[in-house]
Amino acid sequence: MHPFLGLIRHDLRLAGRQGGDIGLVLGFFVLAVILFPFGIGPEPELLRRVAAGIIWVAALLAAVLSLDRLFAADYADGGLDLIALSAMPLELAVLAKGAAHWLTTGLPLVVVSPVLALFVDLDPAALPSLALGLLLGTPAMSLIGAIAAALSLGARRPGVLLTLLVLPLYLPPLIFGTAAVEASLSAEGARAHLLLLAALTLAALPLAPLAAAAALRQALD
Amino acid sequence: MSPFPETAELVGENLACRRGERLVFAGLDCRLPAGSALVLTGPNGSGKSSLLRLLATLLVPAAGRLVWDGAPVARDPAGHRGAVHYVGHLDGVKPALTPREMLGLWAALRGVRRPATDAALASFGLERVADWPCRWLSAGQRKRLALARLIAAPAPVWLLDEPGAALDSDGEARLHAVIAAHRAAGGRIAVATHQPIAMPDATILALDDFAAPFGEPPVI
Repeated sequence: MHPFLGLIRHDLRLAGRQGGDIGLVLGFFVLAVILFPFGIGPEPELLRRVAAGIIWVAALLAAVLSLDRLFAADYADGGLDLIALSAMPLELAVLAKGAAHWLTTGLPLVVVSPVLALFVDLDPAALPSLALGLLLGTPAMSLIGAIAAALSLGARRPGVLLTLLVLPLYLPPLIFGTAAVEASLSAEGARAHLLLLAALTLAALPLAPLAAAAALRQALD
Repeated sequence: MSPFPETAELVGENLACRRGERLVFAGLDCRLPAGSALVLTGPNGSGKSSLLRLLATLLVPAAGRLVWDGAPVARDPAGHRGAVHYVGHLDGVKPALTPREMLGLWAALRGVRRPATDAALASFGLERVADWPCRWLSAGQRKRLALARLIAAPAPVWLLDEPGAALDSDGEARLHAVIAAHRAAGGRIAVATHQPIAMPDATILALDDFAAPFGEPPVI
């Protein structure tokens, strides 16, 4: 088996065996979204106005929550040494870790987002652009998150540092993701925003592994 | 058995290692010809583990270079990674997975299509626990599992950091047998150890001899 596929299979198996991780992320996502109607009141008009923002922000925070396990466990138990010594470049290994991370967090978030949209009374006509936006934007979030996760290795409070590093970097997907939902309800259409989200992911695909691998080498030294 | 050149030699030339501000050792030469064993000795902190990580290219030497089969390792790092096995203090074993699954991952990472998983488990007596979650394994069994990856995927150079730690006498005997077989097949071994390891005609490398003078500013 190619090392790339082998590493993805390993991470998926690990995530499946420790099912709590996926459940935690989804649970956080659902709870965070449900809190908003309680906080800002149940008026459908108001909720509908902020629905896209609520779902995107909650998805973003849920993704951050799961980032610390991307490299930290391998760093602590020596698995990262073996990944660094594998037959593939470290950049490719980062891509494999990022892919497994997306499959176990990003994809589940995409799948439950239409259901959550009901809680905040999002216009059903906007559902496709919400789900499609998340589908295009969450891979970029996993990849950008990998940079922050690699940079925070060895820090005293890695979780806090990681959050501070990554949240500003998540602004572009947040902006275009919510704009896509807004635009899909107007004559403008969501196409332009969705294309920008896709562009973010396509740019992160080669660049994030380069940056994260450089940070991992620093951490290993 | 292995696709690696039988006469290849791993040579470290004038190696120096720096950890933070401290120069751990400098001016160190070592060679690992086919069938050889190099035993690293020295007190704690003398740089045994650092030298092994350096030979594995996990650390970048502050000075000097590594040469494998006549060519500088820096020119073909991926080829060198394929030639070395590194077994350190940390074993990378995931408590939720089974020994068989861990060996499968380690072999896959090395690009091995048909890993000798069963032979690896058998050579360290892990058949009985092969499908248990690793969280049920004892420290000695985890060490055996980490060592079993030497067998699951072949590599001509083994770099072992305290391989005897946590092993019982049966485990040590198995380790010695595996090392002897590896050397007989032309393999090379560098091992850092405090325990006496029975290895005929092993070269002893005392890292103390290369310790950088204390207080002197590092000259690199």
